[in-house]
Amino acid sequence: MLERAEIIRQEYLRHDKKFPHVWCPGCGNGIVMGALLRAVHTLELSKDEVVLASGIGCSGRMPTYVDFNTIHTTHGRALTFSTGIKLAKPELTVITVMGDGDSTAIGGNHFIHAARRNLDLTAIIINNSTYGMTGGQYSPTTPYGSISTTSVYGHVEHAFCIAELAVTAGASFVARGTVYHATHLEEIIQQAIKKKGFSVVEVISNCHVQHGRRNKLGGAVAMINSFKENAVRVNKAEKMSAEELEGKFTIGVLADVDKPISTEQYKRVVAEARKNAVKNADEKEKTKVKRYE
Amino acid sequence: MAQKAKTKTKAAGKTSASAASGKAEKNKKLYTVIFFHDWCKSCGLCSAFCVKKIILTNETGQPYIEEMDSCIGCRFCEIHCPDFAITIKNRYPERRHTDG
Repeated sequence: MLERAEIIRQEYLRHDKKFPHVWCPGCGNGIVMGALLRAVHTLELSKDEVVLASGIGCSGRMPTYVDFNTIHTTHGRALTFSTGIKLAKPELTVITVMGDGDSTAIGGNHFIHAARRNLDLTAIIINNSTYGMTGGQYSPTTPYGSISTTSVYGHVEHAFCIAELAVTAGASFVARGTVYHATHLEEIIQQAIKKKGFSVVEVISNCHVQHGRRNKLGGAVAMINSFKENAVRVNKAEKMSAEELEGKFTIGVLADVDKPISTEQYKRVVAEARKNAVKNADEKEKTKVKRYE
Repeated sequence: MAQKAKTKTKAAGKTSASAASGKAEKNKKLYTVIFFHDWCKSCGLCSAFCVKKIILTNETGQPYIEEMDSCIGCRFCEIHCPDFAITIKNRYPERRHTDG
């Protein structure tokens, strides 16, 4: 009998693409990809039912390696492409993988409006708090005071929280995980795929090459260990005071709301519009006949 | 009820005795950790996070294991390997003792 890891490696990866993948040694993107594949495998979705869309950035390489229906789109517009896919073929499971710059800086507007519309999409946002691929410029999630190539004397702006942004924008499922808690990450990705409505999974990941090295946070091991120390579960965080929570972040399911999905509402609108169109056409024909009489 | 309780205590006594005599070692599950070295990038996550600290690295950073019997099969290295280079399999002890 094949082990689960062997099944994932043999069935879900494209072996004609160049492996090992392009990500740096110890990069969290590989762990997120593994968690996503395991989640899809345990949900028993067929490979033809799943669409994986991505934008530009390190995370944008993920669809290249995965044997689903994949699309690698323009910068920040991964969600708009997946909106189109979902509206054209609502039976597909559409998963979008984005980086923090891709989703909140370049595609920020698309992100909040996709959340507001509440389409049946799953967005996985890998937050490594920098633009890793282009050389370590600061992104909207770079912490205050940290050093990057475009903020050599310390970053003067404040970071914003992607998960809280998604909650206020109206997403129906919001969860946060880290690459250290890979099993927990797999569970929340499963829940997000199952959930009807726009679901966001923010994954705190490490960029030890661009972000960690400049800020002296150590290598991959040290950064992933820091996630272990700083992550607090949601139910535990409720009992803690604000002072204790300083410098820490909560992981787990942050919002889970049931709302009408706009894809289904859109179908209803299309059906009613077609009925009216037929009626109008009939009436027009009648009036035409009357005129010629 | 009293009899049942007696049998229970007997059973408990038996298990504790057997554990001492090394029966638990016989029932111990064994695992094999397979490294796929073509895909490994020597990031060192597996050796750093190994619970039993049995994954060692050579001078180029490639992982290897000497005491394979100490592996408890937690699969932490398997799910945390970013390069899909680790597989853990159940290993069954050989039935016949072969010489050499």
